[in-house]
Amino acid sequence: MIRVVLPQHLRTMAKVGYELELEVAAPVTQRSVLDALEARFPVLRGTIRDHVTQQRRPFLRFFACEEDWSLESPDAPLPEAVVSGKEPFYIIGAIAGG
Amino acid sequence: MSKVRVLVGTRKGAFILTADGKREKWEVNGPLFAGWEMYHLKGSPADPNRIYASQTSGWFGQVIQRSNDGGKTWDAPGGGVTAVPGQMPKGESNKFVYDTSPSGKPLTTHQWYDGTQHPWEFKRVWHLEPSYTDPDMVYAGVEDAALFRSTDGAHSWQELPGLRGHGTGPKWQPGAGGMCLHTVILDKKDPKRIYIAISAAGAFRSDDGGKSWKPINQGLRSQYIPDPKAEIGHCVHHVAMNPSRPNVLFMQKHWDVMRSDDAGDNWKEISGNLPTDFGFVIDVHAHEPETIYVVPIKSDSEHYPPEGKLRVYRSRSGGNEWEALTKGLPQSNCYVNVLRDAMAVDSLDKCGIYFGTTGGQVYASADAGDSWAPIVRDLPAVLSVEVQTLP
Repeated sequence: MIRVVLPQHLRTMAKVGYELELEVAAPVTQRSVLDALEARFPVLRGTIRDHVTQQRRPFLRFFACEEDWSLESPDAPLPEAVVSGKEPFYIIGAIAGG
Repeated sequence: MSKVRVLVGTRKGAFILTADGKREKWEVNGPLFAGWEMYHLKGSPADPNRIYASQTSGWFGQVIQRSNDGGKTWDAPGGGVTAVPGQMPKGESNKFVYDTSPSGKPLTTHQWYDGTQHPWEFKRVWHLEPSYTDPDMVYAGVEDAALFRSTDGAHSWQELPGLRGHGTGPKWQPGAGGMCLHTVILDKKDPKRIYIAISAAGAFRSDDGGKSWKPINQGLRSQYIPDPKAEIGHCVHHVAMNPSRPNVLFMQKHWDVMRSDDAGDNWKEISGNLPTDFGFVIDVHAHEPETIYVVPIKSDSEHYPPEGKLRVYRSRSGGNEWEALTKGLPQSNCYVNVLRDAMAVDSLDKCGIYFGTTGGQVYASADAGDSWAPIVRDLPAVLSVEVQTLP
């Protein structure tokens, strides 16, 4: 199972706690994790990446194993620690604005 | 006894204020959607328990929420948890995609601040306007300016592309608040007639249910654009109509208060003795179609009331002759603004008038504006106010 941590507002929308678990078919990438997340929680479609372009929204970042994955290819394999469930995949709201 | 339900959108959540027909004691519920910008909430005239809400965020984009029980519970239509992993959602209530089909006469660019052409980019829903007859039909005015419609209770949205495609789109440009379609007015007597207004493009009318559109800006004069009498480019802030007289429109423009007696074909200025004719809101009394309300704001660079006095101005003669309504409103050191969708009227007798400020106050008058009292004083900045009159 893949562990995912959402920002607080998206947890409220999806009605989940701090962390959730997803079944994601291999290969486990940012794209496959987000596809699985949006399929499980349709309310999140469009909130993390654009409906049409599938681009990450500008004020969100992706982290895994203390590394910033935001600018990596969405199809790059995520670290083994994420695949094995040892580490979560973090979706973080940027500290911006007022 | 009748009741009123006031729907308030703020920068950091929504609030629902309720009272009986006396409108003296208020119950305040909220914040709903805490932390989100709630641009607009509006109830369906066909089913008052059906309320639509525009929930938006610079981080997470646009979400549309819907209540079927008068605001007690909410959900994003079609956006609930899917029972089976991998199953695709049935609806996408937050998906606003501009029409690019060949039949949609798609426009790809509008005028940018520097005069160059700029691509259309969806940002948020400013205004939701439910149908008079069908609770599942609702229109959405969006930024960058376009009109969308849902016929399935906000599960899915389709653009009415005739508006952007009718020909003047390349001349539209953003106002200071963005290029927003902020006003949608339906004609109760003629379901095929729709009015909309865009900042900064002007007002437009459709007589065929939104398929085709024409600019209705004849008579507007805007000194801040190269041709003050141009067909397009006016910064219309809001338009209001009494449903019993759908051919008579009132407009608060960037500067100037205007009226039209022929469904927008021609406008004339009715600013009269107002202390300033800059402002954002305008509304019409529910039972007296020649009684109108505005809140004058000092100027386009000083968005607060003149002299620090919060005054609603009322005209009982359809404009030109205005009286200041001050009883119960702060008359010193008041420097709030009242944004374009932040005034509403109920249909009780006497007519109730409501408005919200950027300082977080929501004021109500249960006597058509003669006197005012705050319902609440310390909300986040108020973006919109709507009211439902309930049996």
